Amino acid sequence: MQFALIMGFVLAVSSPLLNRWFGERTSLVLALFPALMAAWLLSQAPVVINEGPQLLEWSWVPSLGISLSFLLDGLSLLFGLLITVIGTFVLIYAGGYLKGHTDIARFHLALLAFMASMLGLVLADGLLTLFVFWELTSITSYLLIGFNHTDIEARKSARQGLFVTVAGGLALMAGLVLLGVASGSWSLYEIGQMESDLREHSLYTPMLICLLLGAFTKSAQFPFHFWLPNAMAAPTPVSAYLHSATMVKAGIYLLARLQPELGGTALWVGILSVIGAITMLTGAFLAIHHTNIKKLLAYSTIMALGTLTMLLGIGSEYAMTAFVTFLLAHSMYKGALFMVAGILDHETGTKDVTAMGGLKSAMPITAVIACVAALSLAGMPPLFGFIAKELMLEAALGAERFKLLLVVFAFLAAILTIGVAAIIALRPFYGRQLETPKTPHEAPLSMLIGPGILAFGSLVLGLAPAMLGADALLTSAATAVAGEPLPVSLSLWYGINMALIMSIVSVGLGFLLFKRWDGARSKLAMLAPVMRHGPEAGYEGLMNGIVRFSEWQTRLLQNGYMRNYILVMLVVLIALIGNSILVRHAPQLALTLDVRFHEVIVVGTMVMGALFATISRSRLGAVVSVGIMGFSIALIFILFSAPDLGITQLLVETLTVILLVLVLFRLPRFSNLSTSLERIRDGAVAATMGILIFLLIMTAWSIDQFEPISAYMVENSAPLAYGRNIVNVILVDYRALDTLGEMFVLALAAIGVIAMLKLRHNTDESKAEESGKASVKEPYDG
Amino acid sequence: MVKSGTIILNTAARFLMPLQLMFSIFLLLRGHDEPGGGFIAGLVAAGAFTLYLFAFGVSSTKDVLRMVDPRDLIGVGLLLGMISVVPAWFMGQPFLTAQWWTIPVIDFKASTPLIFDIGVYFAVLGSVMGMVMALMEVDKDEP
Repeated sequence: MQFALIMGFVLAVSSPLLNRWFGERTSLVLALFPALMAAWLLSQAPVVINEGPQLLEWSWVPSLGISLSFLLDGLSLLFGLLITVIGTFVLIYAGGYLKGHTDIARFHLALLAFMASMLGLVLADGLLTLFVFWELTSITSYLLIGFNHTDIEARKSARQGLFVTVAGGLALMAGLVLLGVASGSWSLYEIGQMESDLREHSLYTPMLICLLLGAFTKSAQFPFHFWLPNAMAAPTPVSAYLHSATMVKAGIYLLARLQPELGGTALWVGILSVIGAITMLTGAFLAIHHTNIKKLLAYSTIMALGTLTMLLGIGSEYAMTAFVTFLLAHSMYKGALFMVAGILDHETGTKDVTAMGGLKSAMPITAVIACVAALSLAGMPPLFGFIAKELMLEAALGAERFKLLLVVFAFLAAILTIGVAAIIALRPFYGRQLETPKTPHEAPLSMLIGPGILAFGSLVLGLAPAMLGADALLTSAATAVAGEPLPVSLSLWYGINMALIMSIVSVGLGFLLFKRWDGARSKLAMLAPVMRHGPEAGYEGLMNGIVRFSEWQTRLLQNGYMRNYILVMLVVLIALIGNSILVRHAPQLALTLDVRFHEVIVVGTMVMGALFATISRSRLGAVVSVGIMGFSIALIFILFSAPDLGITQLLVETLTVILLVLVLFRLPRFSNLSTSLERIRDGAVAATMGILIFLLIMTAWSIDQFEPISAYMVENSAPLAYGRNIVNVILVDYRALDTLGEMFVLALAAIGVIAMLKLRHNTDESKAEESGKASVKEPYDG
Repeated sequence: MVKSGTIILNTAARFLMPLQLMFSIFLLLRGHDEPGGGFIAGLVAAGAFTLYLFAFGVSSTKDVLRMVDPRDLIGVGLLLGMISVVPAWFMGQPFLTAQWWTIPVIDFKASTPLIFDIGVYFAVLGSVMGMVMALMEVDKDEP
């Protein structure tokens, strides 16, 4: 399985090549990948349903406890099937939607990479593996939202989605680390098997807040919901797949996954049910503001995501049943509706529902699909959405806390949703025929197959919920979410109860809303000044603030003057070293003066060199006198019998002087010398630094915190490493990995220097060329 | 900037460079037991070429290097460094474990640390020469 997943990434990378071989049929070929994965998941379904969670172990970095193990239980199976089945349809659909697009290879690459990442996310057993895949979905989502990268809006939306989800991802990482520390295990499976209760742990509150931040940003919960409608800048197959059926449900998945271990506390119930309810109503309310069909659907997706969060917050058995049912129902009808929206956009050339009308004669099949899916969205019998909505209302009515709030919000959201469903299903297809930018005609088969099957599935599952083993699958998923066996048996008719009455009333009011929609919209437009101060404005303010702050601190710290950088670095070093040497360890001065005459001479030469370097007025003079110091140090190394160090120091010093001379030779003479005030400042910094380093060396020399490792190296260098030169043995054997790293650093530095010198040169030339061209062009322009 | 052509420097460079290069190889090969090693040897070799560079300028140094670009040397060095860590894998030992072979006739100890050291040698030589030559070339091009 892990292998298959990795193959997904390999396939993604090779998709440009496949595109060259298969041309327009590439989408169909690539669709085999999710189709095969779906088949595999289905083949595993009986095992999971009958025998419980399966752990597919594959150790990755065993020394760090990181594994690429997969956990296959009801929940991951349900999500995995959604990802692969809808993924198959979306790929087929994209083949029609993006037919002839020049960048279709790039699209396939990002979409397949996303698909594999998303599968990895829902199957991951390790907390860190889950995080890695989580971030990969954010990145691929960014690439897909910004697919039309020449459009500034698409780029801006992509960036916004990335910032919001990745900022949440950081919080998620903190939360996952806290979870790993608190539970003592990095495996979801093991955490699930544990006896101890994480809710009692002292880290529970910070852990939960961090995890919720991650989940809420990803799943577009209020107040982070604003990025999702903007993400509609992506091509419609992407919206159908990432931003309604799969990626935005990753946060929901995480919450559901953790519900047995972390759920049920007052904090959990409070945050999830209230935020969920607010998101639900916000989404439904904002939806009817818009006439753009994709925005309508996006806001109604926010409503659905809020509903799912709320159900997890309520946490009763009813709520769990409702959760898994609603999850499945929503993915099916919303995926279908998005694809219908794409068809409408593709065939008519507009996304505005008010600009469409009477299309049912031109596009009869699309009209049927749209109606069936919209009925499921509205929660009308006998569709699957109806069962889900009934269960949802029932769960809200059974809530232990915030019951009134949840019921009122759920009822209002239901009314608004019915309005939205009616707008999507009726407005474009019925009524007066309107002129559209393109002459509408029926979509090709590849674009009808996906939404058709999904809509048809909504109908079949509604009529016979037990068919196709959906009952067993949902039972297994609900069991995983509840953490205890929870049988799910769905039926269309639960008898006349409060939920049914609420449904009937909401249908009436919702239809009224649809009839009065055009009038309502103009009234809602009066709210625009208030809406402008929503969470998105906060986001914009924050982003501008960050830009202003970084401009300010760049001006302050990165002003391009070498002397400033050195000053800042030294001051920071002084603060850090000074703090640790003067405050944390008392400085030790165990001086025993036992010097020889020749040592005094060498040290005296060094002091002279240093003094001359500070007072010299020419750069070359300073460099040479610093060189004197370096050679004296080499002499000291040799006097104290460290020939390797001595030779190295000598050679490095020589080459440093050569390099410095080569650079400095080209600089002009000092144009203005520093003022005496600056000199006093620099002198003070330098003197402090010198004294601190002196103290540091003295202290380090007299403190033995650990047994020195040198004895071991001396003893073992000949017998173990077959070398008598310990310095070299350390470099190439004991610490070879460090040396390897340093080789790369050295190589990068050298390439950097070469690139800077050569490129600067080239840009000078190209600038000269450009200005030359410009001067030729000017007459034409003028 | 460098005025090539002073007789003493030219003559000295002509004779010193081969000696220095030989010395650097000597340092490289004996490094595991006596003072020396890839890093030092690389610096000595770089010193040799730099001396030649100062005496005869960039273009003749390039001729001496026989079309070997210092940047390629960096790549060769990194490649050798990476290659030397691999054999341990095939022996089923942790990455980077040193492997030793004795070549029978000349009784020479061949080992992955030696390959690694040669990698260090080329990486150091390439890096230093790359930087020095880039700096010299900029000088040459600008009036």
